[in-house]
Parts: sequence; C-alpha cells; structure tokens
Amino acid sequence: MILYILKRLLFMIPTLFVISVLVFVIIQLPPGDYLETYIAELQSQGESVDPDRIKFLRAEYGLDKPIYEQYFVWASGMLVGDYGYSFEYGLPVNEVIGDRLFLTIIISVVTIIFTWAIAFPIGIYSATHQYSWGDYGLSFLGFIGLATPNFLLALVMLYLANVYFGTSIGGLMDPEYIDQPWGIDKFFSVLEHLWIPVVVIGTSGTAGMIRRLRANLLDELQKQYVVTARAKGMQEKKLVRKYPLRMSMNFFIADIGSLLPSVISGAEITAIVLSLPTTGPMMLNALQSQDMYLAGSFLMFLAMLTVIGVMLSDILLAILDPRIRLQGGATK
Amino acid sequence: MVDILTIKNLQVEFDYHNSRIPAVKDISLTIPQGRTVALVGESGSGKSVTAQAIMQILPKKAQITQGSIRFNDPESGNSTEIVSLDPMSKQIRSIRGGRISMIFQEPMVSLSPVHTVGNQISEAVLLHRDVNKSEALKLSEDMLDRVGFPDPKRAIDTYPFELSGGLRQRAMIACALVCRPAILIADEPTTALDVTIQAQILKLISDMQSELNMAVLLITHDLGVVANVANEVVVMYHGQIMESGIIEDIFRNPSHPYLKALIKAIPHFDMKPDERLTPVRNIESSVGELLRMEPAKELPANRVHLEVRDISKSFRIKNNPIFKKVEVPEIKAVSGIGFEVHRGECFGLVGESGCGKTTLSKILMKALSPDEGNVIYYDKTSKKGIDILALEGDDLFQFRRKMQFIFQDPFSSLNPRMTVFDIIREPLLIHEIGDIDYQREFVKELVRVVGLDPRFLNRYPHSFSGGQRQRLGIARALALKPDFVICDEPVSALDVSIQAQILNLLKDLRTELGLTTIFITHNLAVVKYIADRVGVMCRGRLVEIADRDSLFENPVHPYTKALLGAVPHPDLAKPLDFDSTLESQASEPKSWSAPFRSQESVSLQLQEIKQGHSVLMEV
Repeated sequence: MILYILKRLLFMIPTLFVISVLVFVIIQLPPGDYLETYIAELQSQGESVDPDRIKFLRAEYGLDKPIYEQYFVWASGMLVGDYGYSFEYGLPVNEVIGDRLFLTIIISVVTIIFTWAIAFPIGIYSATHQYSWGDYGLSFLGFIGLATPNFLLALVMLYLANVYFGTSIGGLMDPEYIDQPWGIDKFFSVLEHLWIPVVVIGTSGTAGMIRRLRANLLDELQKQYVVTARAKGMQEKKLVRKYPLRMSMNFFIADIGSLLPSVISGAEITAIVLSLPTTGPMMLNALQSQDMYLAGSFLMFLAMLTVIGVMLSDILLAILDPRIRLQGGATK
Repeated sequence: MVDILTIKNLQVEFDYHNSRIPAVKDISLTIPQGRTVALVGESGSGKSVTAQAIMQILPKKAQITQGSIRFNDPESGNSTEIVSLDPMSKQIRSIRGGRISMIFQEPMVSLSPVHTVGNQISEAVLLHRDVNKSEALKLSEDMLDRVGFPDPKRAIDTYPFELSGGLRQRAMIACALVCRPAILIADEPTTALDVTIQAQILKLISDMQSELNMAVLLITHDLGVVANVANEVVVMYHGQIMESGIIEDIFRNPSHPYLKALIKAIPHFDMKPDERLTPVRNIESSVGELLRMEPAKELPANRVHLEVRDISKSFRIKNNPIFKKVEVPEIKAVSGIGFEVHRGECFGLVGESGCGKTTLSKILMKALSPDEGNVIYYDKTSKKGIDILALEGDDLFQFRRKMQFIFQDPFSSLNPRMTVFDIIREPLLIHEIGDIDYQREFVKELVRVVGLDPRFLNRYPHSFSGGQRQRLGIARALALKPDFVICDEPVSALDVSIQAQILNLLKDLRTELGLTTIFITHNLAVVKYIADRVGVMCRGRLVEIADRDSLFENPVHPYTKALLGAVPHPDLAKPLDFDSTLESQASEPKSWSAPFRSQESVSLQLQEIKQGHSVLMEV
C-alpha cells in the first residue's frame, strides 16, 4: 500500500512536468509579450517610450532570452516557491495571489462539503424510496438546480441576501475588513458572505451529484449481494449503508479528481458577478494583458489541483476497494 | 418426523401495471426435518418466488395474497406464522439467516466484493448470536474449516474475488450455515459451477445436512442433481404444483404429463444413437428453396474440412512497466492444440470453464491471433487449403461467408436497437448480397427455418424469449449460407425445456444443409446427443479425442474419466460416487496418474491408441 502511494506520488512528477511545458507554451502562444502590450498601450495614450528603458526591462525580466531558457527560469523558480513577477501589479506573483488563493481554497472546500452534505442524504433517500412522492419532489428540485445558470442564481441570491439579511452586496466580507489583518470579526464577516457563493457555485454540482448517486445506488440495490445480506437478517438501514452505499462510493471518489478544478473554474464567472476577491477575475485579467507569469501560475495552480485531486481519489479508491488494491499486479 | 415448514395454499402475486399477476398459485408443501425436498421446474415456474416468500424477501412488487407458511423451530419448539410477520420486523429478521438460511445461484455476485469473507460470515453470527467480534470470527473460522477451506485462518481475510467459483460457493454455504439454521434453502446452488465442483458442493451440502440435522429445500432444474440428493420432489409449472411425492415414486412412475415431458426433454447418457429429444413445446421449422444448397454434383475433394495445427496462445497480464521490471507470468490459454474436423460432422469440444474452449474458437475465426499454429480450411471443390490466420483484407472478408459463429448469450449478442429484420439482414447488407426484395424474401425464409413467425420481423429483440433469441442468432449465422458453423455454448444460457428445441434445430439444420459444426459446451450429455466426434480440453490442452461412442464407453484419460464420473444422472439406479469425485483434483495436470502426468521432464503428446481415438500421454 505504501509502495502504491509512493508510486502514485512519483508519477505526479512527469505529469506536472508535461503540464508545465504545456502551460508555458500556451501562455507564450499569443504574439508578443507583456512589454509589447504595455508599449502599445502607452503609445495609444500618446506617451513616448524610452527604447533604452524597454531594453532594460526586457533584460531584467529575461524576455530577451530564448524560450527554453525562460521556461527553465520559470519552472525552476516554481520548485522553490518563486512564481515569478507580475508585470501588471509590479509585485512578485506570490504576493499578488497569496490572499486570493487562500480565499479561493476556502470557498472551494466549503462548496465541496456543502455539495456532499446535501447530495448524500438526498441521493440515498431518493434511491431507497424510488418513485415515491419524496423522490419525485427532490428530483424536481434537483433538475431546477441543474438547469439554472450560475450567474442568474448569483444575482437572485444577492438580491435576496441584501433585502432579507441586509448583507452588503458583492465581495466576500464587509468593506471595512478589506485589506485588514485577520481577526474574529473579519472571520465572521467572511462567514456571513460565504454562503452566497457557496450556494451559487454548489447548486448545480449538488443536483448533478444527487442524480448520479441515486442512479448508482439504484443499480447496486438490485444486486444479488444485497439480497444475500437481507437473507442474513440484517436491518434494512444498516444493510444499505454497509453494502450498496459502499459500492456506489467508487464513482463518487473517482469524481474528486475532476471536482476540484470544476468547482474552481465554475467559481470564476460567479466570482466576477459577485465581485469576489478570489483568483477568478484576476486570472481572466492576467490572460488578457499577457501578464505571463501570473497567468502561468494560475494555470499551474489549477493543473496541480487536478493532479492532486486525481491522486487523492486514486489512493482513496485503493484504500476503499480491495479489488483495485489487490488486483493491480496480481494475475488472474 | 417433524415438519419444520408447512406451506398451505400459498399465493403470491405481482403488481404489474395495475393488474395482478399470480406467480405462485395456491401451493402447499411440507419440509420435514433432516430431509431434502427438491423444487423442480423451468425458469418462471415460481420456484424462486416460493423461496423468497418463505424468507419474506420478496421484491417490492410482489405480495403474499393468501395462505400460510408455518415455521416450527425444532430447537425452541416455537411455531411462527411467517406470512403474518411484517417483512421489516425484528421477528422475521431473527428467523432469516438465523433459523432459515439461503444460498444462491451465482457465487460470483452473491457476496460483496469489497468486504472480506470473514467479515461477511461473522456478520451473520453477530446478528443472531450474543457474541463479540473475536468470538464471531472464531466461529466463522470453524465453519470455513468445516466447509472444506484448505486454510481457514487465511480465508478469513481474503476477498471473494480472490477465490475460485467453487470456494466462493463454499464461503456462501459457510455464511448460511454458521448460525446452524433449521432449514437451508439452496436456490440453484450448483448451476453456475463445473460438474466436478458441482459434485463436491452437493456432497458438502448433504454432509452438513446430516451433521446439523437440518432440512434442505433445493431449488433446481437439473433432474440429475435431484436424483442424487433429494428425498422428496415437488414439480412446479406456471406457479402451480404439478406433482409431488417421494423421489422413488417420482422417478419410477412419473404420472403428470409435464414431468414426463420434462424428463424426455433432457439429454442423458443412455440415449440410443438415433433417439430424439422431445421438447416440452415443439417448434416447426422448414428449410425453403433459397437456403437449400445446390446438391454437390461431385464428391468433395477432401474429407477434412478444417485442420487445426498446433495452436498456442498465451496471455500476459499487463503490469506497470515503469517501476517494476517483474517477470510477468504468462497464462497459457491454449497450448499445442491440433485436430481435424471432417466435412459434415459435428465436432464437440468439451471442458470446464477456463479450459480455453472459447479462446480456441476465437482463434479459429481469426478474432484472436495465436502465438503459433495454423488453421487450414479446405473448400469443397479445391484440394488446396486456405490458411485462415494468414488471410488479410478482402480475402478475409470473402472468407467470412464460409464460416459463421453462434454465440452463447442470446441476450447480449443481438443489438437491442435493431429490429429482427435488420439484425438478420445485416450480413447480407455487409456482403452486398441481392437486392432488397431478395433480402426480404430470404430473411423471411431464414426466420421460418428457425421456426419463428415472419410476422415478427418488425419487432425488437426484447420482445422475444431467450430460446427465441437464440433461434434468431442461428438465423443470422445462416444468412450467409456458411459451410461451417462454430457454436459456442449455444444452449447453456437456456432453460432445459428450451435446450431441447435448440439442439434439435441445430441437428436438423446440420443434416438438411450439410453443415460442418464445432459445438463447444461444458455439458457432456449435450455433447453426447449432438456430436459425432468429441475433443476433451483441460487447462488449454486437448487431453483426449475420439468418436463419441468410444469416448463415452471407454474413456482413457483420467480427466475424461473424472468428468464423466461427476455428471449426475437423472436415474436413481446410477447414483454419483461422491467420494471419488470429492477427493480427486481432476483438473490439476500434476495429479494425473502416469503416463498422463504433466511433469517438467517429460513431454506429453496426443497419441493414437486405436483408430480415431487419441489421448494425451507420455511419448
């Protein structure tokens, strides 16, 4: 088992390497670089540009070096936690995204917990009470959740939150806490605002998960081993928990890999609508202005999450399902 | 003798689109202590529903509408009316698994794959006995020992998928018996197992029965099994009991026409060479003008139709190639197989599951390529053979018309989204034979050939029964007017009563169309009924090959002998010799006696011991 986890970890290295090359190629793909965009902008405003200064900047940022060397500088920097320099903000990338990254992760984690906490009981109820009124009602709600676009839901929620709870519109905290150090009050303010994006981002995922859980559980409930357990005299509730639910967990865990990035990228549009201080809006900006190291870091960050998510789900699957753990190298 | 279970006037109905369909109609039977009652009938006759009613584990749509099931517990002396209990109630749960246990047909799926064997057995103990976890595990271990696990301590921690089919069924039996129930309900416990394993499991059940003095309700469709283990027999048909009584009466003088018909429909070893099976429901088939071949004007140039030379094929289980450079063990699926199939004959290929029969059949069709060996096909007119495995592209495409395949599973081998007409016409379309009018006529004729009504052509496969679907599969295989047909277990997924229809149909088609066939099966009685010559396979090797009569009357190889010895006969005068089959490990080549034993030092080869009878033995 330990060997398996080690192997899995080792596999991440080549994967991340390939991804980093791809990311770098992608951010280099548009013609020109940040400085050219910058010069064009200055010139359009009628300001003169000092060619020496441009030259200096180019050398300073390493933009005059061949591409592979640029890649090497960027990639080796990342290994020691230096993500490069954001041209637009004039700050190291670390400092630009630090706080936002933290909030993004908070929103994502809370959203995932929200999704599971709601989807699980409802999915189990729907499957064990198939074709009952409860099942129909919950399925109906689920479909509404699936069909409503996030941005619309965001606007509706904002309105409701403001009218009924008096929460200030937009953002992830009351305005007075922005750029303030963390404290109890700030924390509660974040909590007060947090539920809106969580509900908005989580709704469609929750609805989808309810449907999948229901379908999977329904399949498992038909299986012979369920009848075997029933014939042993097991209580129905215990039985559902021990056998079919356990089996239908597989799909669910396999989902974690894609869950993390989808929550984060799904959050981006919402974040813009809700003007959240997360990474979403910033990434869009960085891509538009060819702020290459900032954009690259974001992309790498997303890719890393995916890779970690997939690895987590692989390891969990191996722990949970002996068929995966024991049949890997076994002969059949 | 105490009657442990008394069923009176039981009626079970299914809700089906607002109407009620009775699955069990007014049946009454008793199960005495320490005896085995066999419940016999084809699928859909209500056997399993009866068993589920006893356990109160009927599907949601089913309901007991009348009657009583009284359970007299010999241990406590209590008498319980099961029908009056709520299926979720505590009372019925304490009976289920504790006093009445059940084992099922498919050992592969009736245990949870993600829980250990020990966990699943001890769970039953924990539910019904007042013991702690370690005591429960100890009891489970004892039980595993008793049902014949070689290493019960280790078995506790194994998962079901690590065990063979036979061991899984043993684990299932341990699971059912660990609480020492008064009744064991065994629902087709050996149907999914090979004959040698079947004999062992039957022996185990009857041993445990006498040890625990429990009653057994054995549900089966196999009259051979019934004759060997049952004391009393109840025959069901369409939810009703047709006949019941002690076994001697049932087998010596069956009185009900259904039982008589059922007995006549099952192939057995004592059939005369030209005796014909009588299906319970007969089908009419007629070969029309389009399908009938031109009678050969001259004698075929070659007596041999297909020659298989030294076929070997190994599979490698893929392993992680980056981190581990391990020698991956090769699994020899088939090795050194060679035989000839003569024109117009039916060559039977017998063996237990996993012996390589299906791999071989796929190689013959070039659906798999072997590591070595050739398959030579001889056309009717030319003396020169065609090397099937060397065919490519257009030649292979043209060759497909000569050789066709009939599949085992009639459910998954027909596309559910195509009509019957499209399914049968597809080969004609692919090979661009005839125009649409001709195709329509021909498809109609094909459907009549297999005894179906051409009016059904616009239906989809789901509206046909298993037997009818298998006939559609046969019609499709005949669409290209092949000379050679490979049938891979064409009747093993079918009910006994349907089996006879299909076997007769295949037999008739063979003579009428002059087909050469390879018939793959694990059922020895079937192969005796249909084949002219038989090859016996074990562990990827052909161990014996002979014409039918010499093989069945005078088997030479120990594996063939064991295989024949393990077949239960539906005849009270020929009981199985349980002791010999239980001890021997017939399918293990190392256990064969000299000169058949497989050893490193000696090479085994097929040797002709008399005209047309070869056996695998030392050179």
